[in-house]
Amino acid sequence: MTSTTATKAAGSFGLERSASRHTIFGLVIVVVLLFPVYWMVNVSLQPGGRAVGTPWFPINPDLSGYATAIAEQSPNLVTSLLVAGGSVLFSLVIAAPAAYAVAQLRIPFARTLLFAVLICQMIPGIVVSNALYTAFNQLGLLNSIIGLIIANSSAGIPFGILIMHAFMLSIPPSVIEAARVDGAGPVRAFVSIVLPMSRNAIITAGLFAFLFAWGDFLFAVTLTTTNEVRPVTVGLYSYLGTYVNDWSAVMATAVLASTPAIAVLAVAQRYISAGATGGAVK
Amino acid sequence: MIMTEIKTKPVIAPRWRVSGRNKERLLQQAFLLPATLYILLIFGYPVVQNVIMALQQYTTATFFTGHAPWIGLANYQAVLQSRDFGRAAMNTLTFTAFSIAGQLIFGMLIALYFRRRFPLNNLLRGLLLLPWLIPLIVSSAVWRWMLDKDSGVVNQILGALTFSDVRIGWLTDTTVALLAVICVNIWLGIPFNVALLYSGLQDIPQELYEAAALDGATGAKAFKHITWPLLRPVVTVVLVLGVVYTLKALDIILGLTGGGPANATQTLSTESYRLSFQQFDFGQGAAVGNILIVISLVFALLYLRANRKGSKA
Repeated sequence: MTSTTATKAAGSFGLERSASRHTIFGLVIVVVLLFPVYWMVNVSLQPGGRAVGTPWFPINPDLSGYATAIAEQSPNLVTSLLVAGGSVLFSLVIAAPAAYAVAQLRIPFARTLLFAVLICQMIPGIVVSNALYTAFNQLGLLNSIIGLIIANSSAGIPFGILIMHAFMLSIPPSVIEAARVDGAGPVRAFVSIVLPMSRNAIITAGLFAFLFAWGDFLFAVTLTTTNEVRPVTVGLYSYLGTYVNDWSAVMATAVLASTPAIAVLAVAQRYISAGATGGAVK
Repeated sequence: MIMTEIKTKPVIAPRWRVSGRNKERLLQQAFLLPATLYILLIFGYPVVQNVIMALQQYTTATFFTGHAPWIGLANYQAVLQSRDFGRAAMNTLTFTAFSIAGQLIFGMLIALYFRRRFPLNNLLRGLLLLPWLIPLIVSSAVWRWMLDKDSGVVNQILGALTFSDVRIGWLTDTTVALLAVICVNIWLGIPFNVALLYSGLQDIPQELYEAAALDGATGAKAFKHITWPLLRPVVTVVLVLGVVYTLKALDIILGLTGGGPANATQTLSTESYRLSFQQFDFGQGAAVGNILIVISLVFALLYLRANRKGSKA
């Protein structure tokens, strides 16, 4: 009570002070919740070996963990990059036209598709991979980049349809009608009017398709059986399978596997925030 | 055949009015065709295939002989009678219930806190999303090291706080392993909960609080009479989505404990994985997977109902 009176008396200066107190506590929340991320970076910079009790700060940063990680995981990182990049293209090519059809074209079947998309997100991944393993085995798609792209898009495509559909609903039909009257076919109108206008939603859908595919573990571990095609998530998991004796290399791999997430959050936070809520509620 | 015709037609036809009504219809369907095919093949086919496989003796031998004998409900019988299943079902229930409760409570508290206006609010809220974006297997690797019995930082911190030598085998002791996995999963779910709840809170008009404040309703009272009732649709969506995602959680448990020690953290999801991809009994794995689908579908229907209500409100 006294503090409120004091704040009021002190006017804008007091308000600013209480605001910065809020900032400090907000910072404490973030520090506590992001501590594991800090710890990952800290351990990755410690000298190798299984020393009892890790120092709190990497005072003498040692890059040997990264040397080991890069030497052992480079091919896996490239595989992950190809799979994630491919999944972005594949997801957008399939999801964008569908989102447009659901949002703007009056097709009775379109609503059914949207319903199916919602249901799809509930199907456990283990059920999908159980069946895909046997199917891919017959089709020769096990241990292939293409196979992983197809499987991993099962996260990006439903999400992309939901996000882009929600956005495309807001495009005034008159804009598209005008293009059609000018002689543009439906495909032309979609490519040259709808897609440019939906740029933000497409970026959000693409970023998430990338992160989903990059972070996928289930399909990576079930649909690959050899070392040839092995995403970095499985590379990291294989370290955990046995007794771990070099945690700095493991954590360095973990940091490398986290770089897309960190980069996306640093550069494109607004798209991520849009995606966090848009895919679920709207 | 149809595809090529569809793709080339609009380029050839100079004016859309020229092409007939039917062609326009066909073209419209073509927008939906790729997504429809994908969903049928990648979601529809696996569900059907799992139902079939669960009725077959589908093992490693099947891959060589191509022969999977029909055995009726024997897979379900074997699965339901095994002691592992009861354990996994119980663990799934505990894991889901406590994860969801923890995520919602912490998510709500943090979302309410970030409603205040203060400098750097947006930046800090953005940073909170990070645990949600990094690969699950990365998080489980980090936590596995943090929860290590001898050199983990969690025991280090607990030891410093209690002035003693704490050596709890968080992931190796059967009595605490499930608790540890739940705590990690709560940590993982907080960002998503905060994001959804925060956006729900933003939709509540500020004037309501101003009006309530005039009547003396602030703080807990305002929460009870304004925030909670108006946020209920969002909370329902958060809860149901949370349940569905938690039911199928797999990466985090495989990374932390692999379902061990002694099945202490085995859930239906990891049990299905174990049966299919470690025992190579795809029939039994499919049976457990189908049971999981049925449970998920119940919640999926709840979600769709909640979603419809939410969008009407």
